[in-house]
Amino acid sequence: MSQLEFEHVSYQYPSEDFDIIDDLSFSVEPGSFHCIIGVSGCGKSTIFRMTNGLLQPKSGTIRVGGRPIGEQNHYCGYMPQKDLLFPWRTIGENLALPLEIMGGHSKAEQRELIDDALADVGLEGCRDKMPDELSGGMRQRAAFARTMLTGSDLLLLDEPFSALDFLTRISMQEWLLGQWEKHKKTILFITHDVEEAVFLSGSVLAVTSTPIHALTEVPVPVGYPRTRECLTRPDMVALRENLIDVLRKQVQP
Amino acid sequence: MKKANRGNLPAAIFLFCLLFLWQLGAMKVNAAYILPTPIQILKRLWELRVALFTVHLPATMAVTCIGLLISVVLGLALAVAMDWSPLLQKCLYPIVVASQTIPTTAIAPLFVLWFGYGIWSKVLVTVLMTFFPITITVCDGFRAAKTEMSELLQTYGATRWDIFLKIKVPCALPYFFSAIKMAVPLSIIGAAIGEWLGAQSGLGYFSRRMMTQLDGAGVFAPIVLLSVVAMLMVAVVGLIESKVVKWRGES
Repeated sequence: MSQLEFEHVSYQYPSEDFDIIDDLSFSVEPGSFHCIIGVSGCGKSTIFRMTNGLLQPKSGTIRVGGRPIGEQNHYCGYMPQKDLLFPWRTIGENLALPLEIMGGHSKAEQRELIDDALADVGLEGCRDKMPDELSGGMRQRAAFARTMLTGSDLLLLDEPFSALDFLTRISMQEWLLGQWEKHKKTILFITHDVEEAVFLSGSVLAVTSTPIHALTEVPVPVGYPRTRECLTRPDMVALRENLIDVLRKQVQP
Repeated sequence: MKKANRGNLPAAIFLFCLLFLWQLGAMKVNAAYILPTPIQILKRLWELRVALFTVHLPATMAVTCIGLLISVVLGLALAVAMDWSPLLQKCLYPIVVASQTIPTTAIAPLFVLWFGYGIWSKVLVTVLMTFFPITITVCDGFRAAKTEMSELLQTYGATRWDIFLKIKVPCALPYFFSAIKMAVPLSIIGAAIGEWLGAQSGLGYFSRRMMTQLDGAGVFAPIVLLSVVAMLMVAVVGLIESKVVKWRGES
């Protein structure tokens, strides 16, 4: 059974006269790590926004864990590009947001879950800090911890590291792989950075045309766990160049 | 705290210079019934202290506080209503703006005819002058809430009420305090205008009575008192604000 399944899904923005997602079908197996890569504005975020229920598809069915998403709640954790930590809440209170909204936890239970989640992302002792006291990488880790607290097995990460500086970004990538291996979640990760996609993915899902009719699955020939050294292997370099070629054809200079 | 005081020093010196010039000018003109000196005003304030502090200040404060309270409730209710429903916003917004084009001073005598010389005609003038900045500013505060934040909470399954409580209210809080700081002096002015037009007590009424007696210093004394009270009230609001609002704007 697939973790996430799109079946003949179409979507049209009200302001456009064509379907940006046109009869798209694909599926993602449980426990996998896929990056969706594509040029800006190609509609890759639209796929996420339909999966998390912010947009309703015009036609077709989206299933998570085998059941249509319309019948379910709390089936996916969504982490947007900006960390969106609420500046008037402490880190701990920010992490409490999904718990408060989903309900069902006492204050003490919430506190315990939050402490565990913070320890998990290496932010012990930051619970009572305000978001502006944290660095960019720490904020993203806090936002990731908040996403984990939704308790969902499917995580949708929408360019979470694109605003970070290069060195922070590569250490966050390694960190994220560690988290994924530890928690066995299914991760879909949107990026427009080819190197990031190749380093993280089990296989890359490339958007090769707009409107999106299909995602081209490109397997990455390296197993996990990985280090950045694998990026220098000839087959990885070739894969990267190949992907860049495919994507560049869509960019009008 | 010390540093802040030092920051105010230039302002204090400048104010003192202005008062000094006023004193010199007024002494030169030497017509206390139209231009009293600051010292004469302070003297008069001291002479009239019993009547001012036991009768007229409490009367004006009653109008100000009741008016401010009604304005806050009304202003917040309108802001919430306009945020909740776009249709209500379309209906209410033009009326709220139109209410500000009414020259309150000109029609206030009518309020006296409708509500008598009691407190309510003055409260009405105060409310008319005060609710508008609260409504508009708090409305802007609600609108400053980011859609992305609301969307994030929606993916957690949040209701409109959740989003209102967890995003809109905290976003609007700094705006609310700005609004109150604007509203406090306006409510005092409103109360004074109301009393000026028809009343049996209050600082506005007292100031007008002194005018008819050609007592220039007596006209100014209650006005000085009003300003000081307004400044004190704004300072108190600022103090509460610094305790409640821990952040301003996006970091």
